[in-house]
Parts: sequence; structure tokens; C-alpha cells
Amino acid sequence: MIGSIYAIISIGFNIVYNATDAINFAQGEFVMLGGMVAIALFNGVKLPLWASFFLSVAIVTLVAAALERMTIHYQRERQVVNLIILTIGWSIFLKGSAMLSWGKDSFDLPSFSGSDPIQFWKATLLPQALWIIGIGLLISVGLHLFFKYSLIGRAMKACSFDRISARLVGIDDDWMVLISFGLAATTGSIAGIIITPVTLMAYDNGGMIGLKGFCATFLGGLGNLYGSIVGGILLGILESLGAGLISSGYKDAIAFAIFLLILFFKPSGLLGHETKERV
Amino acid sequence: MENFLEKRRKRQYQYLLFFALAIFLFPVFVRSKYLLNVMVFSGIHTIVVVGFCLLMGYAGQVSLGHAAFFGLGAYTSGVLTVKFGFNPWMAFGAGIILTACVAYIIGVPSLKLKGHYLAMATLGFGIIIQIIFVQWRSLTEGPSGLVDIPGISIGGFKFNTDFKYYYFVWIFAAVAVFFSLNIVQSRVGRALRALNKKEIGAEAMGVDTAKYKVQVFVLSAIYASVAGSLYTHYITFLSPEGFTFPFSVLILVMAVFGGLANIWGGAVGAISLTILPEFLRAYKNYDIIIYGVILIAVMMFMPNGILGLVESAIDRIKAKRRAA
Amino acid sequence: MDLIEVRNVSKSFGGLRAVSDLTFNLGRGKIKGIIGPNGAGKTTIFNLISGILTIDSGEIFFKGTVLNRLKPYQIAYLGLSRTFQNLQIFDNMTVIENVMVGLHPRTHSEILHAIFRLGRSRNEERYIFEKAYEALQSVNMESRAAEMVSGLPFGDQKLVEVARALVADPEVIMLDEPVSGLNTQEIERLDDLIRKINAQGKTILLVEHNMRFVMNICEEVLVVNYGKMIAEGDPSQIVSNRDVINAYLGEELRIA
Repeated sequence: MIGSIYAIISIGFNIVYNATDAINFAQGEFVMLGGMVAIALFNGVKLPLWASFFLSVAIVTLVAAALERMTIHYQRERQVVNLIILTIGWSIFLKGSAMLSWGKDSFDLPSFSGSDPIQFWKATLLPQALWIIGIGLLISVGLHLFFKYSLIGRAMKACSFDRISARLVGIDDDWMVLISFGLAATTGSIAGIIITPVTLMAYDNGGMIGLKGFCATFLGGLGNLYGSIVGGILLGILESLGAGLISSGYKDAIAFAIFLLILFFKPSGLLGHETKERV
Repeated sequence: MENFLEKRRKRQYQYLLFFALAIFLFPVFVRSKYLLNVMVFSGIHTIVVVGFCLLMGYAGQVSLGHAAFFGLGAYTSGVLTVKFGFNPWMAFGAGIILTACVAYIIGVPSLKLKGHYLAMATLGFGIIIQIIFVQWRSLTEGPSGLVDIPGISIGGFKFNTDFKYYYFVWIFAAVAVFFSLNIVQSRVGRALRALNKKEIGAEAMGVDTAKYKVQVFVLSAIYASVAGSLYTHYITFLSPEGFTFPFSVLILVMAVFGGLANIWGGAVGAISLTILPEFLRAYKNYDIIIYGVILIAVMMFMPNGILGLVESAIDRIKAKRRAA
Repeated sequence: MDLIEVRNVSKSFGGLRAVSDLTFNLGRGKIKGIIGPNGAGKTTIFNLISGILTIDSGEIFFKGTVLNRLKPYQIAYLGLSRTFQNLQIFDNMTVIENVMVGLHPRTHSEILHAIFRLGRSRNEERYIFEKAYEALQSVNMESRAAEMVSGLPFGDQKLVEVARALVADPEVIMLDEPVSGLNTQEIERLDDLIRKINAQGKTILLVEHNMRFVMNICEEVLVVNYGKMIAEGDPSQIVSNRDVINAYLGEELRIA
């Protein structure tokens, strides 16, 4: 179940990476914001759950778009290192804003369809888990179709293969970057909202969850959307196994240790491809 | 007859002398314990950031886990003195050796990676080390904190006041800057700067890039370790909270703010961003946001940091003078 | 023994055969050129010899030493130097510092020497500077020694790269498209320069598109296409070779 969350977040990363060659360090913060805004809307403004969900996603997407327009849009050169630092700056900014707006407490949302566990063969499952997996599937399938069949989706794919050629055939890569951040924010915020009923959400959850999302991305192969799915699920499974076998305090360390091993031995991930520099 | 490179070196030494003088005279005029305390931290940060600049600014290798090296130095000093009764100087040395070894072990495989992958590897590694600090309670006391760490002394002379510690730390910092300046303008320094820009070209010119990357990585880790040990004996209390990813980011912000590819930039960034939060005391909760904004603004408007801005201003003035 | 011996060397990238069973020698003191249509594999050959790419099969010898398993920096230590088609110039340093890097294989001071400014490193710095300055003089660029190399026009940057390749006094220099992007005057200067360093005893291997330049200066010419050698000989032989002319059919072949 956790795997789906990682998968969704990781998809967001890959979208941005494909469009910009940069890692979006603020992805975790998009997740956090999704949860927090939904909480604010539901608890504060007392909107119904579904309205909170969609409105929150919309808001976070807009925020991401605004950030992109205000900052990255002006970076003509877009050196990768600078972009990385820039998104780190975003993540700090968003985290700080969240802390100012909502303080340091954790909040929760009610489960989408009640909190009575369901008996599934021998295992008990939270209904929210089904929502999470279901929505994860929906997003994966949706995006798959989007990239395969829609004009914008195919344009983005073109950009990810070769940005300059894409530009030459008339694709506006500036828009592509904007859309990619928007999509990343959309998927991230969805992930944040659907996980809040299970794990609560506070202003600083963005960091760790974003990092795990990175792991999933690299596990499956940087730049490969299907890798995200594989990587996310695999990471979720490995983490649970690790928590069961070794103490749960070290569980995070295990996830990152696996991450390091992947980087050292197969940096292109399970499904990725290698690129070489031409001299 | 001096060639222009030797002149440049002389000029750097002169800057260092002025800098040292200013630092030396500071406590003579400013007696406030509070300010001295802030400047002690500035000195500690300067050491870490200068080492980081060597790694990221000159050699171009990203590290998002430097807080771990700082923590390793700090905890080694703390644990060995408190739990095993080590002499602080021995613990200091042990910290350096341990950190260097860890950096080497992590560095060799990591530095084969480029760009994002290297950043991620250092990030992951930094987190693992921090988790170890938290979980290995029998050694580090975890989140409850390691207390009663003895201070450090030479002979019978104890560095137990802000005033004394100020000089103690800044001697280390000045030496750190001196060493770094020497490295930058040397065969090794050129090799590093070369591999930063065109790794293939550097290799073809005989530079063993793998070896030098690891060397500068280990060296920057040692700087961080020294800073960490100095930190430990100053505040005599350690908790894993101080060595997390946000601290690695802070190191990065300080370096970028001052000017990544510039040793002096590291010093300027470290000092200014250690002092800055003090001015923002009133806005305590805004500090996170402000760092974020600073990072964004610097990246957008002055990617070469403050010193980069100063340098381009000077270049423009020189060009105008030449044209006149 | 010839300085460089390439024996049955092959290299593929995925399904593409870039170099196919190539054999040739480079004798001491010679100036040899490699020509061929675009994509023929010329730069790949250079990259194989200088260690940047690994050889799939065959061997390359330099003064009798096998180069196959060596890394590029080790090959530089052996006395083989090169320039790059797409300029591998270090734009964060001055002109002279770029050339000073070229002396890396001939000098020794390491981190500890640098940190403490031990006598050895101080003397070595002076030595490196002077040798680099001389190298710049040989390409007539010494007046721009203190400038940042990024501010120089392309032709001058190429010369700096040549100076950098020369400074360590290598036995063999490989020039990768040395005159591409240069104007007539600059080409003449390079022609003179190459003759001069050849007269000093250096052996030169070059890759080029500019036919006139190659035929003027090379004693031997090797023609490759699709990674295979199609002809080898002196310029007059090559110019009249049927296979060579066929290979270039469709491209303009201009020989003065």
C-alpha cells in the first residue's frame, strides 16, 4: 500500500525530470501541501470531503505553476545544479509557509469510506488502503493513456527524448516545463491527501516522504514512468519486510541503504537506460 | 621577477592577513558575550563551508550529506570523551580519522556517479548516518542527548569562556582558509578545477580524476569533522537534531550565498548566514521561509553568490576604465 | 618498432560497428593523417587510442606497451597527448593555467605538498609556469596568458589546446580536427606550427576533413569508411585511389 504512494510521488518526479533534467526537491512538499490544504478546507472551512480533495489538488497545482512561472521560467540557461538548488529553495519556502500557517501539529482527515477494517482472506485491510491502491492505479493508467494518446502528452514525451528537436518542430518547451511541474504537483497532492487518513500530516512530513519518493524513482530508473510504479511498489515491500525483520527504528536506514546499493551497482535502475557523453 | 600567478597568491595572503587582523581585533572592541558566541559559531561554520566550497565549488562534486561528517566529528569527540574518558585532543584526532575513513569508503563508489546520482548518494548516506546517531542509543544517547561533555584545553589552559573559545576556533578557521587557498592555486587545485569543467579533457591530460575526486571529498569531510569536534567542546551537549539533512542544506545555502567557487565566498557566506538569524530573532518562525527565499533569489539573480556579484562589479569598473 | 601499432582493432556501439578490424602503424617522426567521410569512425579511433573508449577486440601498442586496459590518464603519462574536436578546454581558468594542467603527468606535488607550501611545491609551481609560458610562445599566444580562456575566440582556444598538448613534451601528439573552424590565416599558422614541432622530433597523428590541409602536411594518409580501412599511402597515391574517390562520391572532393 505504501508502495503505491511512493509510486505516485515518483511518477511526479519523473515527469519533471523528463522535462527539465532536474530533480524536483520540492516534490515532497507538494505531497505535504496537498494533505495540509485539504485538512484546512475540510476542518477549517468545513467543506465536504470530496470538495476538499479536488479543491486542494487544484490549489497546490496552481501554487506549483506560480512558483514555476516566478522562478524557473526566468532561468534561460537552466543549469541543472542551479535548478536543483532552486527546488530545494522552494521546498524550504513551502515548508516554512506551512509551519507559519498551520503550526507544528499533525492533523488528520477521516478515511474516505469509514475506518472499519475489511477482512480479506487472512489479512485485515484498511478501506483507505484500497482507496490508495485504487487511486494509484487510476493515476498510472490515466497518465499512461495521457502520454500515449493526447497531444500534450506526446509532446511531453518528445521533449523528454530530445528537447532541442522538440523545440524545432514547434513544441514550446517552456509550456512543457510548466505543465510538468503542474502534473507533479497534482499527483503529489493527491498522494498527500489519500495518505493523510492513515498517517496524519504535519508541516515537516514532506521531507522524508519526498526522499522515499526519490528512492523509488531511482530504484525503478530515473526518467522511466513505469519504473516509478515498479520502484514504488518494490520499495514499499522492502521497507515493510525490513521493518519486520530488523527493528523498525532502522527501517528508514534500510530503505536508504538499499537506495545506495542501487546507485552504486545499477544507477540506471531496474528499467532505466544509460546515457553516455559524446566527445 | 614575479609572474602574475605568484602576484595573485601574494594578494590572497594579504587578504588573509587583513581578515585575520579584523577577526583578531573584533573581541577587543566588542565585549558582548552574545556576539562572541555568534562569532564562535560563525567560525565553526566557516570551516565546514570552506571545505564544502573546495568540494562543490572548485571540484564540482555535489554533496548533500555533509552534515553527517560534521556529526561524525562531533559525536566521536563527544562519545570518546564522555563515555571512554579519552583526552579531548585524542578524541579530536580519532574523529578526523574516523570521518576520513567513512568518507573514503562512501566516496570511492559514490564519486563514480555524476550529477543527480552523486547528490542522491550523498543525501542517502547522510540520512543513514543521522539515523545511526538517533538509534545507537547506547553510544550516543540518541535524542535525549549526550551531556556533560568536557571542554578542551592545552596544558592547563582551559578554553572555557566565549572569549577564549573565539580565538581557539578562529585560529582553526584561519588555518583552514590558508590551506584551502594553497590548494586552489597548486597542481592539485588546477587538476580539480579542470575535472570540474571537462572531466574527459582532464583525464586525457593525465589527471587521475577518480583519485582526486575522492581526495577532495575526504578532505572536505575532514574539515567538517574538525568543525564538528570544535562544536562539541563548545556547547558540551549533543543531540542528533543538529546533524540532519536541513543542516546539509544550510551548508549548501551558506556556500551558494557567499559564492560557491570562491574560498572567501565560503567564509563570507558562513559568517553572514550565521549572523543573519540573530537579526531575525524577532521573526523566529520566519527563518525557514527566509532561507528558502534567499536560496531562490540567489539562484535566480546572483548564481555566483555575493562575491560573484562583487567580482563582476569590479570587472565592469575595470572595463570602463580601460575603455576611457 | 613503430611508435603506435594498431592491430585488428574493433569497436561496436550496440549494433553499430564503429571500427572494424583496423590495422595500421605510426612510425617515429612521421606525420600521418586519417581521413574519411563523416561518421567513418575517425574520432572513435582517436578515442580508442587515448583510452577514452574501451576496445572490443584487437590491440593497440604504444612503444610496445599495450594500451587496452589503461585509463586515459595513464596513457598521458606514457607520453601520448591529444587535442579534441569539440575542445576540452577548462573555461574556469586562465589561458596559462589551462596549459599548466598539461604538465600534470610530469610533475608531482600532491595535496600535502600544496597545503603546506613545501619547498618542492613552490619550485615546481615556478617550473610549471615557465614551461607553460614557453608552450604558449610556441603558438604565439603568450600575450594572452593571463586572460580567462573563455573570452578567447574559437581559433585561439584551439591554439591553447595545442599548447596544452605540447607542454609535457610528448612523443606523439594526436590532433583531432585541428583546423576545423579556422580561417585561412590560422590554418597557415597551424601548418607552420606542426612542421616546427615535427622538426623537433615529435610524431603527429591527425584526423581532418580539410583535404587540402591534409594532403599538404601529411606524409602518410589513412582513409577509413564505415570503420574499415579502405586505403593507406602517401598523398599522391590516395588522391588517385579509386576506392577513396568512390567513398567520397556525393561529397565534394577538393584537392588543390
